[in-house]
Amino acid sequence: MGTPRAFRCFLKDSLGLILAGNRAYYAWLGFLLTLIAVGVAAYAGQLRDGLIVTHMRDQVSWGFYIGNFTFLVGVAAAAIMLVIPAYVYDWEPIREITILGEVLAISALVMCLCFVLVDIGRPDRFWHILPLIGRLNFPTSMLAWDVVVLNTYLLLNWFVVTYLIFCAYTRIHYVKAIVLPLVLFSIPMAVSIHTVTAFLFNGLAARPFWNSAILAPRFLASAFCSGPAILLVLLQILRRVTKLRIKDEAIFKVAELMAYTMGFMLFLTFAEVFKEFYSGTQHLVYTRYLWFGLKGQHSLVPFAWGSVACGLAAFLLFLIPRTRTNWFTLNLGCGLIYASVYIEKGMGLIIPGLTPDPLGEIYVYTPSLTEILVAAGIFGIGLLVFTLMLKVVVPIMLGETTLPPAPL
Amino acid sequence: MKYQLGKASPGEPGATRSFKSRRQFLGTAAAAMAGAMATLTGCDRSGVEAFLQHNFRELTKDDIKQVIARLEQEARRKYGKAIHIGTEPPIPGVLFGYALDLSRCIGCRRCAKACVKENNQSRDPQIEWIRVLQMDKEEGVDITHADPYYNPDLVPQEGHFYMPVQCHQCRNAPCTKVCPVGATWQEKDGIVVVDYNWCIGCRYCMAACPYGARRFNWGDPMVPADELNPVTHYLGNRPRPKGVVEKCTFCIQRVRNGLYPACVEICPTGSRKFGNLMDPKSEIRYILENKRVFIFKEELNTKPKFFYFYGV
Repeated sequence: MGTPRAFRCFLKDSLGLILAGNRAYYAWLGFLLTLIAVGVAAYAGQLRDGLIVTHMRDQVSWGFYIGNFTFLVGVAAAAIMLVIPAYVYDWEPIREITILGEVLAISALVMCLCFVLVDIGRPDRFWHILPLIGRLNFPTSMLAWDVVVLNTYLLLNWFVVTYLIFCAYTRIHYVKAIVLPLVLFSIPMAVSIHTVTAFLFNGLAARPFWNSAILAPRFLASAFCSGPAILLVLLQILRRVTKLRIKDEAIFKVAELMAYTMGFMLFLTFAEVFKEFYSGTQHLVYTRYLWFGLKGQHSLVPFAWGSVACGLAAFLLFLIPRTRTNWFTLNLGCGLIYASVYIEKGMGLIIPGLTPDPLGEIYVYTPSLTEILVAAGIFGIGLLVFTLMLKVVVPIMLGETTLPPAPL
Repeated sequence: MKYQLGKASPGEPGATRSFKSRRQFLGTAAAAMAGAMATLTGCDRSGVEAFLQHNFRELTKDDIKQVIARLEQEARRKYGKAIHIGTEPPIPGVLFGYALDLSRCIGCRRCAKACVKENNQSRDPQIEWIRVLQMDKEEGVDITHADPYYNPDLVPQEGHFYMPVQCHQCRNAPCTKVCPVGATWQEKDGIVVVDYNWCIGCRYCMAACPYGARRFNWGDPMVPADELNPVTHYLGNRPRPKGVVEKCTFCIQRVRNGLYPACVEICPTGSRKFGNLMDPKSEIRYILENKRVFIFKEELNTKPKFFYFYGV
């Protein structure tokens, strides 16, 4: 049977899978499309008037967009936490989860690229940053590195998922010699996307809050908490609405691994806070602004403490075996850790890094309505990509949709 | 001692021309794409040319001529007024340096206002390249006690001193290092410039600058036509579009033609000194060799060519 024919059938059946669905599915798609429309409308206003419609200014020149970008790079990186045991130790119960992790990574990366696009002042000049066509300042600029590793990681995951699903569709066992090296390569790639993103901030001596050697380890630790939290909830939904079988054992194992990384994340946060407060240099102002406020400005304080409280509660829920294996407390923990990391990356990283500004001014930044609507639209795009990919991947993975026999 | 410079000779700006053939090939592909885009969006020819324009450092003499003609025409259309966009290159043997006398500065902000006029900074939204900080004498140079918004009837105020901050034109510039597309760089005469037609507006340079010296065009910059300074430089005070970063260039359009920066000329107390660091007989060298000089945020090793000193 010719591969081109099989691929045509694969595309046709994928489209069929995407279009077929019950009322709840269409309602969900309708909701996402509305969200996207709202985001596009808000972005159109930003394109017309400029970034002045955001609340970013010269003093705080990055905000909500870059915070979301950073958080989602972490989500994308976290896919590997599941890949390692599945492929390296050949641990069966987790196998199916990895492909879902990769789908999550792709969706997160699509959102990352959208957040970068909406943050730049001249989106019409995007081609300046493309390798070969534009003028990438590589290897000097960390942002140039980020462009390279994010796109490589996106292509890598996209290829692995497509290849595995296409093999399942044609009922041909995948070639291990192709998949294994790529999957093994994706492990250092995942670490590198979040490391490079951390270095992007870390390398700026002008911003002491970011200029800390444990920033990259903190990024990785927090990512390996928030990413799997999304997957654990997703798996429970999928095994309810599809025939996908996922053993409890697999879910609890992932939760156990998450408990260790959460503990590590909290430890690193504590180490950073200790160093800042105990040494008490002038650089303390940023940390103080985050945790206690400065000169009567306290807008970040609830976020800082809220994030740590959520993280600590989630850590305890995941650490104690009884609450880890109880569905209610497990899901509560997932929600808490997701909130903790999202707040920390969204409000607790970018803004105190830039406040006070290099000349000591405190500009109180909170996202504008446009920023929130555009972000909502981008989450809509990401969720749409995720939903449509799952709609194709799951039935094929389950063997419900396969290549019809060739006509004689 | 007076600052003296020869007249700049017109010539090609230090163009580096690597990857030319690859670029030509890719340029053709990009042109085809842009042509299609222009048809779709209904852009005119100059829009397509603007879209395709390469980094200033990669343009040939002919390219530059075309670009300048297009930009001058655009400015005429927007302001109803002819402007000149120069491309004077660095003068050989010149490295510009600046020194500011903290014991003389009275915080009148005339430098900041003169800079706005000379360099066509947006009036609304308001952009000022020079920021003057009011500081407590008791605290010394400590930015945690700095106030940029002081507004008394008379300056200087009792118990305070004033510290103007602008681009330090660092030799070890963090801003040019981080730019992902090479839209900002240091010229041979030490001036850090931005190509407003290549900048993508990511603002990474602003995050990297320890002196808060870079400004972003958050909205469409507005300069009244009758106040527009028509004598400009491509890398300096020509009209800027929205969505790009700008900064102090030591008045590149003036200093490369033997004039002082506008802030030096306007300063009523003579606090601002400027000259050629390579000339051992220059005033700036005299100051660096004989006065009590300090470098702001010296520990960051940015190696500025902007110095503070105490003249009295």
